[in-house]
Amino acid sequence: MTIPQISVFLENKAGQLADITGILSENHVNMRAISIAETSDYGILRLIVDDASKASSILLEQGFILTMTPVVGVAVSDTPGGLSKVLSIISRAEIDVEYMYSVFGQKDGQACMIFRVADTDRLTELLDENGIGTITGETLGIH
Amino acid sequence: MERYYQKEIETADREQILAWQNERLVKQVHHVWDNVPYYRAKMEEKGLTPEDIRSVEDLHKLPFLTKDDLREAYPYGLLAKPLKDCVRIQSTSGTTGRRVVAFYTQHDVDLWEDCCARAIVAAGGTNEDVCHVCYGYGLFTGGPGLNGGSHKVGCLTLPMSSGNTERQLQFMVDLEATILCCTPSYAAYLAESIHERGLRDKIKLKAGIFGAEAWSEEMRQDIQDKLGIKAYDIYGLTETSGPGVAFECSEQTGMHINEDHFIAEIINPDTGEVLPEGSKGELVFTAITKEAFPLLRYRTRDICILSRKKCSCGRTHVKMSKPMGRSDDMLIVKGVNVFPSQIETVLLEQGYPANYQIVVDRINNSDTLEVMVEMSPENFSDNLGYITKMEKELVASLKAMLGIYAKVRLVAPKSIARSEGKAVRVIDKRKI
Repeated sequence: MTIPQISVFLENKAGQLADITGILSENHVNMRAISIAETSDYGILRLIVDDASKASSILLEQGFILTMTPVVGVAVSDTPGGLSKVLSIISRAEIDVEYMYSVFGQKDGQACMIFRVADTDRLTELLDENGIGTITGETLGIH
Repeated sequence: MERYYQKEIETADREQILAWQNERLVKQVHHVWDNVPYYRAKMEEKGLTPEDIRSVEDLHKLPFLTKDDLREAYPYGLLAKPLKDCVRIQSTSGTTGRRVVAFYTQHDVDLWEDCCARAIVAAGGTNEDVCHVCYGYGLFTGGPGLNGGSHKVGCLTLPMSSGNTERQLQFMVDLEATILCCTPSYAAYLAESIHERGLRDKIKLKAGIFGAEAWSEEMRQDIQDKLGIKAYDIYGLTETSGPGVAFECSEQTGMHINEDHFIAEIINPDTGEVLPEGSKGELVFTAITKEAFPLLRYRTRDICILSRKKCSCGRTHVKMSKPMGRSDDMLIVKGVNVFPSQIETVLLEQGYPANYQIVVDRINNSDTLEVMVEMSPENFSDNLGYITKMEKELVASLKAMLGIYAKVRLVAPKSIARSEGKAVRVIDKRKI
């Protein structure tokens, strides 16, 4: 089970981020998670939203460059060492994590982390074997 | 089957062309001597009289004219006909100083339009075609020149002028334009707009005639692919009448210079010495049929190569390469010659749009070169490492091409202003 992520190219100039969030807000797109990777000159805005296909077509229409990537939502126990446990399992299996970030809020003592890896199937299998739950788009209110 | 607008002239043998040139040059030198005191003084300075010029072989003896002369002689100093015989002026954009004003008699306009008609027919144009001209009309020679040529060929002419892209596209679709005439940067912009609006299947274009600014082979390929047309280059400058001094044929390997009207030379831009055939140097034109504004040995500042290799199209007139840069637009950065077209070539090779801007500055007495490049969908990824890797590759290719380091700044798509006339490619902030 993967979740669709939208990655948008951000030029390093004032107002770029506000422009994007403004467009999403006007179109009633709700954000579930957000992360930014940056250099001094440009960045990548990564978004999980409730309606990825709507959001991406609106942003494309507005002239943004973006790409859609499948990512895995992982249920992490919201206690000390919760993330460490997950990461050590992944690391032992020698899966390379390209990047990760967290989803807003938590539920029933579980936080949700978004993981980007090259082989999403292998990651979900591994987590399954180790009794760690993956989070579906539905759980996050994504349709 | 190759078609020609003026077959006997365009396919005349070398001897015939030389005979025309010899006769017309001698006559032209007399005309200028008699009517243009400014040039006569230049000849006298060199101890020349019209009798010293007996054939094209004596051409090298004549003094050059440059843009500085045109500015100095502004507006009437180089006029060779009384104003009552003139019917038109055209003018340069004047971006590099005072404007240049060129004058035309009706005969001059006719010959100029013939030259443009040759270009349109070489691009496949006939009286069945709909010729969409979106060069600027007015003082700029692009619109009036191609407009006149299109009339001569008998095409249905759409005098669109530049700007208002929505209207351009509407006419192009509704009136089924088949030949597009504009600057290459505007052609690329229109191609993008057509692509974005999903109009590719609704347009009937088969050929484009693009000139008035430098463009690379890669840009040609890009426009041809996006519009599904053949893109032909056309060359000219206001000083020599306008577009149509030279034009491309079906071979697309250089532009035939209309040698019955213009004698071309290649010189060393530093010494003024005439270079042997096949050398790369500055292009110099002598107009041998113009009446009102007959420039002799005008230095174009365009760097190119002439070739007399036999052309498969059957035309016999000498071919000039695409200008490889201008000896005056050329940037010297850290003592290295940089041509914007080199940067364009690298960008297109690496999948970036040809819409770019070069910013040159001098910081702490050292030149800096920055290239603003628009991000493209092909080069974007959700992985920052991938983008920085692509950026490093671009920097390395630019270094290999230019010989110096250029900082690359990736910017949002469409954030560099697209011009509907001549693109502003270079911003030089140095105060030298």
